[in-house]
Amino acid sequence: MKDHNSDWGGSIHVGALARVEGEGGLEVVVRDGKVTDARLDIYEPPRFFEALLRGRRHTEVPDITSRICGICPIAYQMSACQAIEDACGTVIPAPILDLRRLIYCGEWIESHALHIYLLHAPDFLGYQSGLHMAQDRPDLLQRGLQLKKAGNRLMEVVGGRAVHPVNVRVGGFYRAPDRRDLDGLRAGLDQARQLALETVVWVAGFPFPDFDHDYQFVSLRHPTDYPITAGRVVSNRGLDIDVREYDQHFTEVQVPHSTALHSLLHDDGTYLVGPMARYSLNSGQLPATVMAAAGAAGLGPTCTNLFRSIIVRALETLYACEEAIRLIDAYEPPDPAWVEVTPRDGIGYGATEAPRGMLYHRYQINADGTVAAATIIPPTSQNQRVIESDMRAFVEERLDLPQDRLTWECEQAVRSYDPCISCATHFLNLTVVRS
Amino acid sequence: MTAPEAAARRVLVIGIGNTYRGDDAAGLAVAEWIRAAAPPDVTVVRHEGEPISLLETWDQAREVYLVDAVSADGEPGNVYRFDVTAEPLAARLRPRGTHALGVADTIELARALGRLPRRLVSYGIEGGCFATGASLSPPVREAVAVASERLLAELTPGAPPVTAC
Repeated sequence: MKDHNSDWGGSIHVGALARVEGEGGLEVVVRDGKVTDARLDIYEPPRFFEALLRGRRHTEVPDITSRICGICPIAYQMSACQAIEDACGTVIPAPILDLRRLIYCGEWIESHALHIYLLHAPDFLGYQSGLHMAQDRPDLLQRGLQLKKAGNRLMEVVGGRAVHPVNVRVGGFYRAPDRRDLDGLRAGLDQARQLALETVVWVAGFPFPDFDHDYQFVSLRHPTDYPITAGRVVSNRGLDIDVREYDQHFTEVQVPHSTALHSLLHDDGTYLVGPMARYSLNSGQLPATVMAAAGAAGLGPTCTNLFRSIIVRALETLYACEEAIRLIDAYEPPDPAWVEVTPRDGIGYGATEAPRGMLYHRYQINADGTVAAATIIPPTSQNQRVIESDMRAFVEERLDLPQDRLTWECEQAVRSYDPCISCATHFLNLTVVRS
Repeated sequence: MTAPEAAARRVLVIGIGNTYRGDDAAGLAVAEWIRAAAPPDVTVVRHEGEPISLLETWDQAREVYLVDAVSADGEPGNVYRFDVTAEPLAARLRPRGTHALGVADTIELARALGRLPRRLVSYGIEGGCFATGASLSPPVREAVAVASERLLAELTPGAPPVTAC
């Protein structure tokens, strides 16, 4: 260990780690030059959504759960609808499923553009925030905002508004948009597709720390499509289950230092969800245009470097633009826009791919349509363990770095998971304790 | 004022807030007050504060008045007015950022991107209670009336200039 470390006085304390959603802290303990512990402390009070759903009507669930997150409300609405409809034995016609996939593309574009341009790219380019980057490079921020706008517009037109859309309901949509409404989005999406392509090229040129890891990736997999709204739950270590079997393979455990439950696989513990997992398990489902962009960006069919996840996000943004264009071109308004979902006693399961990873919902419904029990497992909750194990390895490889540099790199690393601590329960303080 | 003059003025009042979070609805309450009483050339908008759509909302406007609830360690019901055309909001009124940019950050982003209107004035009403499901607290309800009167005076052509309050 280099001499300057002896001046650290035992700990590193970083104020709020901004540019993550919610409130939490990261404490890394170092003894005799070895990292002995890394804890993601999430101290934001729990929000008790699962409890407040009990006794509510099954038709209210999508709108209530969408309020868990202002960045990915569609993910909550979609997983909720899927689970409620599963409990009630309702089959949703393909045109409604296509419209759901379309609005979900809007959320991917909006969320990924926000994360790339305002939250994560500043780390790579040495800026304190997106705002500081905007002062030097307004052109970059304009591009990011233009891209995000395409996602926002899609959410507005299909969902009624960009944040917490109001047009989604159990069984489908309150109103199907007219063909003309969607055609109006086409030019903006064509432009967004080009901006997304430029984004892939831009982020591929960032300096990436050498941090590859043999992750256990978990995501959905669909027989024909890159997973967004549906699929089986799979891993790169042999897991391949129906969403209904989720509880037999995953478990949630409480830890003293987090108000968010940790999610683990029964037999093989820690796993990673999110863009890297989705891409590594499903890149074969991406169109040739997106894979060509991936190849030009230096990515093969998998990505195991946490920091390169920003490239994957850019590729997924490109894909979401292309997919939205495809869906709009093939659009026939579903008629009716929704199907009746008649309640019955039962348990239903739903899982979709939120921008930051798989989002699982399970509901027990009574015959009168009231919710008897609810379980919601958001992506950040699932990633807590892998964040902790990654940070142990990450800090251990960088113990000779000056304090401020180590802090900077840890913040950058944590932001690579795009953690949404609000969803998981919720600013991050980083403390490295040395003894 | 002639129609072309009104169009050229392009004045926008944006009330920001959440109706379901107690005093956070102060900006929306002012917007409703202004909507009922403002000169015809003034457009009033209710907004949730999402930064990108906020930028887009004021892109075509020349004069913009933002009204929002603030939490600045002062007395609930305090009314603040800042002309942020030339300088940022006071640091104490800038919230810590999460995924979503706050209104103050959105103003600075617009400044960096050259997307500030010709004039941007921000009214802040100090809130006391932001509890879920609560309505406006009595001091904030009074402050809504005070802020609305001041803003109306400012919006009325020929009215004496308003100074910081």
